[in-house]
Amino acid sequence: MSNDILVLAEHDGQAVSDITFELLGAARRLASGSGGQVAVALVGGAGLTGTLGAASTVYVVDGTSGAIYSPEVFEKAFLGVLKEADPRLVLTGTSTMGIDVAGALSVAWPAPVVSYVVGLEAEGTELVATSQIYGGKLMAEVAIGGPHAICAVIAGSFPADAGRSDGTPEVREVAVAGLDSARTTPRGVHEPDTSGVDIAAAEVLVSVGRGIGGKENLEVVQELADALGAPLAASRPITDQGWLPKPQQVGKSGKKVKPRAYLAFGISGAPEHLEGMRDAELIIACNTDPNAPIFDVAHYGTTADLFDLAPELAEKLGS
Amino acid sequence: MRILVLMRQLPDLVEELEISSEGTDIDRELVKFVMNEFDDQALEEALLLKESSGAEVVVVALDEPDVDQALYTAIAKGADRAVKLTGVSNERWMSTHERAAILAPYVEESAADLVLTGVQAADDLDGQLAGVLAGLLGLPHAAVVVGVELKDSTVLVTQELGGGRSVDEEIDLPAVLGLQAARQAPRYAPISKIRQVTQAGGIEEVAAHTPPEASATAISLRRLYVPERSGHAEMLEGTPGEVAERIAEILRSRGLVKG
Ligand SMILES: Cc1cc2nc3c(=O)[nH]c(=O)nc-3n(C[C@H](O)[C@H](O)[C@H](O)COP(=O)(O)OP(=O)(O)OC[C@H]3O[C@@H](n4cnc5c(N)ncnc54)[C@H](O)[C@@H]3O)c2cc1C
Repeated sequence: MSNDILVLAEHDGQAVSDITFELLGAARRLASGSGGQVAVALVGGAGLTGTLGAASTVYVVDGTSGAIYSPEVFEKAFLGVLKEADPRLVLTGTSTMGIDVAGALSVAWPAPVVSYVVGLEAEGTELVATSQIYGGKLMAEVAIGGPHAICAVIAGSFPADAGRSDGTPEVREVAVAGLDSARTTPRGVHEPDTSGVDIAAAEVLVSVGRGIGGKENLEVVQELADALGAPLAASRPITDQGWLPKPQQVGKSGKKVKPRAYLAFGISGAPEHLEGMRDAELIIACNTDPNAPIFDVAHYGTTADLFDLAPELAEKLGS
Repeated sequence: MRILVLMRQLPDLVEELEISSEGTDIDRELVKFVMNEFDDQALEEALLLKESSGAEVVVVALDEPDVDQALYTAIAKGADRAVKLTGVSNERWMSTHERAAILAPYVEESAADLVLTGVQAADDLDGQLAGVLAGLLGLPHAAVVVGVELKDSTVLVTQELGGGRSVDEEIDLPAVLGLQAARQAPRYAPISKIRQVTQAGGIEEVAAHTPPEASATAISLRRLYVPERSGHAEMLEGTPGEVAERIAEILRSRGLVKG
């Protein structure tokens, strides 16, 4: 049984994503204890191997569509690498790519999958993964004992710097048959919508979640935002409903923000939301549920009802 | 054109979750179950496709607590049929791989053209259903889907890649999609309609296939626990007015209040 760890790389054709470096750092730490090697699987991004010096080997598969992500092509390509590299552990993110490929690969390359991982430790020959489930309300500890496993790791769980290293890993081209006969054909990429307010540039953000209840109630937080001269930001359900424009969404699929103050009203603090705002200098959260995970990252919290608190605060700041 | 929507029940996360005495599951007696919110998005997308193309929409769920309510609600919203797969234990946490193994033979027999489900569920610790199910069935798939358009023998989907980027791709049918968000917010069914549908009955019960033992993909859960609140916020106590005053002070002391 090998002790090698294989990281499934993510990139946009121009650069390798942070999550890949986070995983590489974690892989290096685990491998230094177990004596395994760290490798990366890179699909369609052959020019990017130079930034992957934290790995000793980079397996490169040239996808037919170049850099454009396509679940089926990436999955087949990764499977080709898994068969060749035969690692003990495969690491991916809980990103779109990770959600797509982890489950499907676990069937084709029979292995248990552990999702939403935030911690990985060695315990003798076993690995132990710690995951966040139920929207971050509970943690699960999972033992990984068998010859193969796949872990999908939440972004931000490990430092990216530990996986950043220039260098010249050994590059191995893997030929995978059938990539051009995929039943999935990419038709184009949409770049982020940059219209409207740029919440990433704001010093203060007043952010609102599903606790607001309805579009008509946004007025309450809008008045507070006006008093602070801050734009409104939101969790995903608010922009999905069309109550605020998509570019104002904070989180995994929205924007990453780092304001001097982030005021969260009626936001539970799901991992996908925290991913976009946990680095704010000051976080103040208002949530009627004292166990809401948002309080784990907030500096100050209150279980006051937002409909009581927001108008009071607007008034105190307004004059 | 037949669209299957795979739905499931989940503990309502607004309520407190207690851990069972064995330490590896939640205490299910105290929990209120609701439909997975992402499955509700999948249902909405299916209903939109039905409206534009006349597809038949069949909702499918395993027998789980309060699932009848969810299935009748789906019919009240416009689903053509509701199927409940019975005979599997519904009193414990079930892994994604086990769910997928139970659903796969049904999906295969149902001759579905398109299978929609939620992108994830709050307790799918061993991976997300769409990918695992597609793996078992050998079908193409995509997750984090935010738009679906039916063509003749393909489906055009928009998949979010994160950070505001997305990709369009055309996928041959049959395919399995994990929905993040429907093109519009899920509709509501009037209570009176749900009541009427419930009285009429009409959930089809089908005996579920027993899944094969799949030890190679089984995870070994050691324990569940409430996270230690190491970095917990300093809680501001008092009336809303007093809390507001404290927050205003904190913001002022950092020079974040204009004027
Ligand atoms: C692939 C993927 C990507 C995602 N990307 C994002 C993303 O970019 N951004 C994002 O935000 N989410 C994202 N999500 C969704 C995420 O999982 C959560 O569903 C979402 O963050 C929940 O939003 P919320 O906190 O507003 O709602 P909820 O979780 O429903 O929380 C509402 C909160 O409001 C509180 N509340 C209710 N009433 C009041 C009141 N009167 N006063 C005060 N508090 C009150 C409740 O206690 C509750 O905690 C993504 C999910 C997936 C699967």
